[in-house]
Amino acid sequence: MIDFLITFSLTLLVVLMVLNLGGLLLWVERKGSAVLQDRIGANRAAVFGKLPFNLGIVNTLVADPIKLFTKEDFVPAGADKLLHTLAPAIGLVPLLVTFIVIPFGDVLIIGGREISLQAANLNIGILYVLAMVSLSVYGVVLGGWASNNRWALLGGIRGSAQMISYEIPLGLALIGVVLTFGSLDLQEITRAQGALIGGWIPAWGIVYQPVAFLIFLAAGIAESKRIPFDLPEAESELIAGYFTEYSGAKQAMFMLGDFVEAIIVAGLITTLFFGGWQVPFLLRDGFHFPWGGSLALPSLLVTLLQVGSFTLKVLFFCWLQIMIRWTLPRFRYDQLISLGWKIILPLALANVMLTALIILLFE
Amino acid sequence: MDFVTFFALAIPLVVIAIMVIAHPSPVYSALFLVLTLFLLAVYFLFLDAHVVAALQIIVYAGAIMVLFLFVIMLLNLQSDTQPTPRHGLGRAAIIGGVILVAELGLLLQRSSSEQAESSLPENFGTVEALGSQLFTTYLLPFEITGILLLVAVVGAVVLAKR
Repeated sequence: MIDFLITFSLTLLVVLMVLNLGGLLLWVERKGSAVLQDRIGANRAAVFGKLPFNLGIVNTLVADPIKLFTKEDFVPAGADKLLHTLAPAIGLVPLLVTFIVIPFGDVLIIGGREISLQAANLNIGILYVLAMVSLSVYGVVLGGWASNNRWALLGGIRGSAQMISYEIPLGLALIGVVLTFGSLDLQEITRAQGALIGGWIPAWGIVYQPVAFLIFLAAGIAESKRIPFDLPEAESELIAGYFTEYSGAKQAMFMLGDFVEAIIVAGLITTLFFGGWQVPFLLRDGFHFPWGGSLALPSLLVTLLQVGSFTLKVLFFCWLQIMIRWTLPRFRYDQLISLGWKIILPLALANVMLTALIILLFE
Repeated sequence: MDFVTFFALAIPLVVIAIMVIAHPSPVYSALFLVLTLFLLAVYFLFLDAHVVAALQIIVYAGAIMVLFLFVIMLLNLQSDTQPTPRHGLGRAAIIGGVILVAELGLLLQRSSSEQAESSLPENFGTVEALGSQLFTTYLLPFEITGILLLVAVVGAVVLAKR
């Protein structure tokens, strides 16, 4: 019973954290894009008076959601009502359950009980992530088809082709990491990254697999359909692509889905390439510096440091994705497909071959 | 897998599988096929074959069926209104079905369910166990499948270049 309660509360915690971070990212995107483009950005609804400038928190986190949820829920004539309603949920739900295999800390010790800070410890960890992410494509495809609108259909078709094309390099980049650490379980991969190379450099995935990291970043951004890969929604070509005919709460679900996907990409990059919850030189009983000297810490503080480290890294990679989005222009469609199949895919294949060869020669 | 779980999954699975061929709209047919494959993956989970379940979803539900939908949408297929010409396909289907059921019956007679459950090894269904089986006991079939897929890819490229 207590095991069930622990798993239940961990899962709930993870899903709520992802949802809240999704909301927060909406604000970061609004205000962050303004900072990047030298604008003021969201500056209405200044409830807490005017600071040096209005941060727009109330505007984006309270006023905007209220507006979205009170809007008319419109289904166009001739649309497939059932699929039109289901599509946003089909797109969002697989993404929300993806984060449960990503560990956000080592172990939390309460009353002599060790709780692994990972909601679901699956032997197939990474495969589960790939399975769920690949299911979320249906939200885009069905949303585009069920709207009975040509722009939406074009967006849906573009979305399916793009997401299938970039799923392959995404998976191949993961194979390089799996070969290096010899496990599919994300908690084990993170633990393996606690080692030190030559006593100094943390053995993070980026050190072993820099090419896989770049491939994963590019393919991950393409999977979450953000600029420069936002062809499925390309507002200057397709109005809003696959969610042209959506309004109110359903459109909010599509928007949230995009943010959740960005969070998943950030979480995976952190876990696979940047040591997950690892803090350099921090072991379970405190810091052990390579230049001698150590600092003993209580286990609760160690756990808090690890969770904090994971959170900071995830936030940084979310911010990086938003910065990329507001910096680069959009690809042309043929450029997108030929980049995926002619450059990224061979590069990913070469990376897998080279990694396997090096492991074969040196181990 | 107990009796209740089996039928709680099997009945919807069969109904949905029938809907794949019974529904007039091609998009809905494809979606019912996705649902069928998804429920099959749930079956594999109950049988402790976690890797197979994950691969079932990644390969079939997540990739191949998306391509099916892509083609259906690209060709803008409408609901099937004209009856399809038969060419004696019905009779062949009945014969094939009878043979399949007979084979399944034979297989069922040969294996008893208790034997299958007691002989599960310790790490059954894990990635490590499946991988070492694939690369030792079943190496030849595995390599042949690889070559078949390579031939298919080359064939597709040749056809596309024409």
